[in-house]
Amino acid sequence: MLLILWGVLIQFTIPIDNGDALKNAEADSQRTLYPYVTGTSIVAIKYKDGVLMASDMGGSYGSTLRYKNIERVKAIGKHSLLGASGEISDFQEILRYLDELVLNDNMWDDGNSLGPKEVHNYLTRVMYNRRNKFNPLWNTLVLGGVKNGEIYLGMVSMIGVSFEDNHVATGFGNHLARPILRDEWRADLSFEDGVKLLEKCMRVLLYRDRSAINKLQIAKITEEGVTVSQPYSLKTFWEFQAFHNPTAGAQGSW
Amino acid sequence: MDLNLDAPHSMGTTIIGVTYNGGVVLGADSRTSTGMYVANRASDKITQLTDNVYVCRSGSAADSQVVSDYVRYFLHQHTIQLGQPATVKVSANLIRMLAYNNKNMLQTGLIVGGWDKYEGGKIYGIPLGGTVVEQPFAIGGSGSSYLYGFFDQAWKENMTKEEAEQLVVKAVSLAIARDGASGGVVRTVIINSEGVTRNFYPGDKLQLWHEELEPQNSLLDILNAAGPEPMAI
Repeated sequence: MLLILWGVLIQFTIPIDNGDALKNAEADSQRTLYPYVTGTSIVAIKYKDGVLMASDMGGSYGSTLRYKNIERVKAIGKHSLLGASGEISDFQEILRYLDELVLNDNMWDDGNSLGPKEVHNYLTRVMYNRRNKFNPLWNTLVLGGVKNGEIYLGMVSMIGVSFEDNHVATGFGNHLARPILRDEWRADLSFEDGVKLLEKCMRVLLYRDRSAINKLQIAKITEEGVTVSQPYSLKTFWEFQAFHNPTAGAQGSW
Repeated sequence: MDLNLDAPHSMGTTIIGVTYNGGVVLGADSRTSTGMYVANRASDKITQLTDNVYVCRSGSAADSQVVSDYVRYFLHQHTIQLGQPATVKVSANLIRMLAYNNKNMLQTGLIVGGWDKYEGGKIYGIPLGGTVVEQPFAIGGSGSSYLYGFFDQAWKENMTKEEAEQLVVKAVSLAIARDGASGGVVRTVIINSEGVTRNFYPGDKLQLWHEELEPQNSLLDILNAAGPEPMAI
């Protein structure tokens, strides 16, 4: 019996004879059609010492809030943070690709290490190439980091759209967090002010995004390294006069 | 194809995996259906992968069987090569490899559970799409919809083996009561350092829920049963 070489068994597609794609509709089955387990918004900002990135810990399955302990922000190498929204299985696969990238980078043993710009570029190539094959990784990725004093923040979408900015947000965050960030972001934000700004955004998302859950993590990256906070919950506010009796003025209204 | 992101495929079955202080308890119903017909009312959905790792299968019977078969084959070779029992994590990752790379073709949600000497009892949920999530407990299959609230309330950390099994049996039984695609008997498998124990709970051993009546042999037995005692002054 042949013993399997584990290095080879990285990917196993169940062998089926599908015929050739030109003649056979089923052979065209190698494409992701829709996501199953999804993460919602990521919100990230540059601040005085580096980058702050916030996400909740939810993994939705359609409209069900199925998983409540998923970490959607991970450290990559020494200098980067990657946050992902969208299909979690594709995010897990991207982490595997990045593991290999970082491993190979370390094996050179030349004192160099992958910086955020390089990781962002790699991800952009991966996402765009998959898009061209009509088999996207169903994620929007946020890549932030600091190397040699230079603070970097960018994002890549599932169709390969890639750019850098001082503040980014994915999913619902595009609609709800960006306006707040455009108004209140400054280059010299302290850590405390940065956290408060992110929390302001996350609270709005909690009120208004159906797939948000009240359990979040805020990650910080500076020249010194990465810290990911413990999971925590935000207080929410319901004590408005108008909330107590909203239909008083118009019976039957909402 | 319409991108209706709010309606994932529902899958026949109720499957559960729960960790406790010393191991894991896996549970499942026993109904296999083709459309409205119950093709097998006593199926065994808790399948062995190795001596110490089992998997609960839900969704397409064929898909879940072929995935288990491949993974059992890989794990067998892995065990020989490694010289010691495979870990639960490796088993889960092999399932993930198949589930993820064949995501367009497969329709199966799996719960991997087992015990190994490094991490003790562990449960890994692998839903549609091939995400792997390590959890203290996992529920899956169409019947699981009815159990989210139940587990939110009833789950506690560090249960004993007996408490964990009671919880699993109760949960599967509750799901069977409400899910048409789940039914039959409740099977459980307990895995810990001492080994593996299989248990079988037919319908009449289970608690009765709302609007369920005590099963009888016949109406005639009810009619012939002695009436109430006459009142005495």
